[in-house]
Amino acid sequence: MNIEVVVFGVSFVVALGSSIAMLFAKNAVHVALFLVAAQVALALTFLLQGAYFIAAVQIIVYAGAIMVLFLFVVMLLGVDRREALIEPLSGQRTIAVGLGALLAAEIVYVAVKGTEFVIGGRGEDALVTINEDPGNVKALARALFSDYLLPFEATSVLLVVAIVGVMVLARRMGHEGFLRETTEDEGSEGAETDAEVPA
Amino acid sequence: MNAIVDFLGGDIVVTAIVKTVVAFAALLLTTLIVVWAERKVIADMQARIGPNRWGPYGILQTLADGIKLFFKEDFRPRTADKWTFALAPVLAMVPSLLAFAIVPIGDHITIGDRRIDLIVADLNIGILYFLAMGSIGVYGVVLAGWASGSKYPLLGGIRASAQMISYEIALGLSLVPVVLAAGSLSTVDIVAAQAGSVSNVSFFNGVPVLEQIAELFSFVPNWYIWSQWPAFFIFLIAGIAETNRAPFDLPEAETELIAGFHTEYSGIRFALFFLGEYVHVVIISAMAVTLFFGGWGGPKPDFLPWIWPIGWFVFKTGLFVYLFVWLRATMPRLRYDRLMWLGWKRLIPASLVWIMVTAVVNTEGVSRNARLVVFGILFVIVLFWLGKGDPRLTGAVTPQRRRVHGPS
Amino acid sequence: MPEGGTYFGQYVTIGIFALVGVVLVLGTLQLAKLVAPNVPDTDKYTTYESGIDPIGSGWAQSNVRYYIFALLFVVFDVEAVFLFPWAIVFERFGTQAFVEMVIFIGILAIALLYAAKKKVLEWQ
Repeated sequence: MNIEVVVFGVSFVVALGSSIAMLFAKNAVHVALFLVAAQVALALTFLLQGAYFIAAVQIIVYAGAIMVLFLFVVMLLGVDRREALIEPLSGQRTIAVGLGALLAAEIVYVAVKGTEFVIGGRGEDALVTINEDPGNVKALARALFSDYLLPFEATSVLLVVAIVGVMVLARRMGHEGFLRETTEDEGSEGAETDAEVPA
Repeated sequence: MNAIVDFLGGDIVVTAIVKTVVAFAALLLTTLIVVWAERKVIADMQARIGPNRWGPYGILQTLADGIKLFFKEDFRPRTADKWTFALAPVLAMVPSLLAFAIVPIGDHITIGDRRIDLIVADLNIGILYFLAMGSIGVYGVVLAGWASGSKYPLLGGIRASAQMISYEIALGLSLVPVVLAAGSLSTVDIVAAQAGSVSNVSFFNGVPVLEQIAELFSFVPNWYIWSQWPAFFIFLIAGIAETNRAPFDLPEAETELIAGFHTEYSGIRFALFFLGEYVHVVIISAMAVTLFFGGWGGPKPDFLPWIWPIGWFVFKTGLFVYLFVWLRATMPRLRYDRLMWLGWKRLIPASLVWIMVTAVVNTEGVSRNARLVVFGILFVIVLFWLGKGDPRLTGAVTPQRRRVHGPS
Repeated sequence: MPEGGTYFGQYVTIGIFALVGVVLVLGTLQLAKLVAPNVPDTDKYTTYESGIDPIGSGWAQSNVRYYIFALLFVVFDVEAVFLFPWAIVFERFGTQAFVEMVIFIGILAIALLYAAKKKVLEWQ
């Protein structure tokens, strides 16, 4: 029993507890906050295993960026609005169950195979020795920019697709009045103030 | 007690506790002084006297204000969301406090046979830790805006968070060339890389005249401000925008949004928002010193050798805090569209270009001609960019006016 | 020093630092709760709308453009995170790493350019 076990216990309880709380929370913002707590707890477990860079990325990208995006969506839509009971995607539940089963199978597979996926060799000490010699970030970067170059470059294409997608979506929302309503308000406001000033 | 210490890993913990207590005491004391100093300096710039009642030159004014806020009622609107409302000020304060952990405030000191580095924790991912704390800090603003259940805070909160996330990108990207030049994410390594003199830089080696000129400047310290000044300016602008201070204080624009995201806060919770902002100012100043101005580096006489680095660090940080105050007294507030324009269309592309330039210059085996070509192209781009300018700056035609002239 | 690499001790320090920081802030709030007065009053608990009684709910529709900026933020945050390990190993890989990153940044720069051309980055 040492400090690592204690920290692991704490992060385990927080991650699991906030995940369960997330499922039962009624308020969309609370759901997002429980998710943030789970992400931070996960970052802690990464830290415990010596995966320093991944831990930082977990907080910067997941807890920092993606969850802020979630909160923005919630704030733009308004929490108080009644949730529509009709599913926008038909067969949503069936697909969710299928994907969930797939994910569970994946997790079990990785857990059984275990350390085979560790870069730079197998065994418990692999990450510890890597952290000692070239350093955590260096080892990761070397692997990323040589062996895993194609996935890395593909990431940029994926990100571009996301950007284009959101712009198309926002444009369509604008045509259906969602965006238009607010901009017209701003526009008329601006027109009033400008009209008072003799041009 | 001994059992607990052994259980936690021996003397690491004792050192950690001592460091923590000292760091928090120093940081909070500095923050109190900074609040007072800002009021005093601003007053001087506006030909007023400023606080002068409590203590000599009113130096205890912040303490008096703090005590007053302790005894003020702390209530929340009926429409507020109880837990989120309580969480927001904590999230605004704590990440700024924690970011201080990776700032090296001096060299090491030796007590007995134990070497103690004057930094709370030298993380191998120090720079990323700093960015992570910044990204958590956004929650304080977002949640305060949403949880108040009121219109002004909501608008202020969304506005503030959109501003913070936009400039967070530029802030992160401006750190990349520094990391590239130092070859490490640890702040201690980055400060160490800035030791020595400018004439050691190998860039001019082999060029006859330039080599001699470089030799003349051997007294100039090798700080990153010389080679990385574009990164520094991007960092500084983005840093000021991150702290939501003038000229980027749109989230708290009192003429438009009352007090922005903390309109509904009172008493001690308001004090936390207020102090959090100043802690953030101190952190950004300290990071600017660490990354671009050689950290604690400076002349080191024999008398009390360990105190000089701390003195230099405090002095340099103080200059940056003064700059923050000076800007607030001088600059008018930006308009929101201009703010977004600056962030997305100027700072982010500029930092990306600068990363590439630094990469080329730092590559071994790239010939001098190749470097010159890169600088030439860069020069043309900058000229083109400056010449193009922004139509709304030069023509003074705002899009709103255009709309009036259109259909009506 | 316990196992887990030379940096483990530093993370223990950070952990203690974080705990003390949180306790400090929460303690301040608790202390204030003890000494601050509590005088309930209905008007006090309404939201502030420039002195007029609040109209409607506390929620107001904001511009959908904020959402676009939030998404762009996620994209460029991921990019920035990739840049740091690249900067660390740059000395070793040299020209190869440079070309790799030019492609990566280039693709994302096209996206930013596209957004600029579609006038998404402009506020009006």
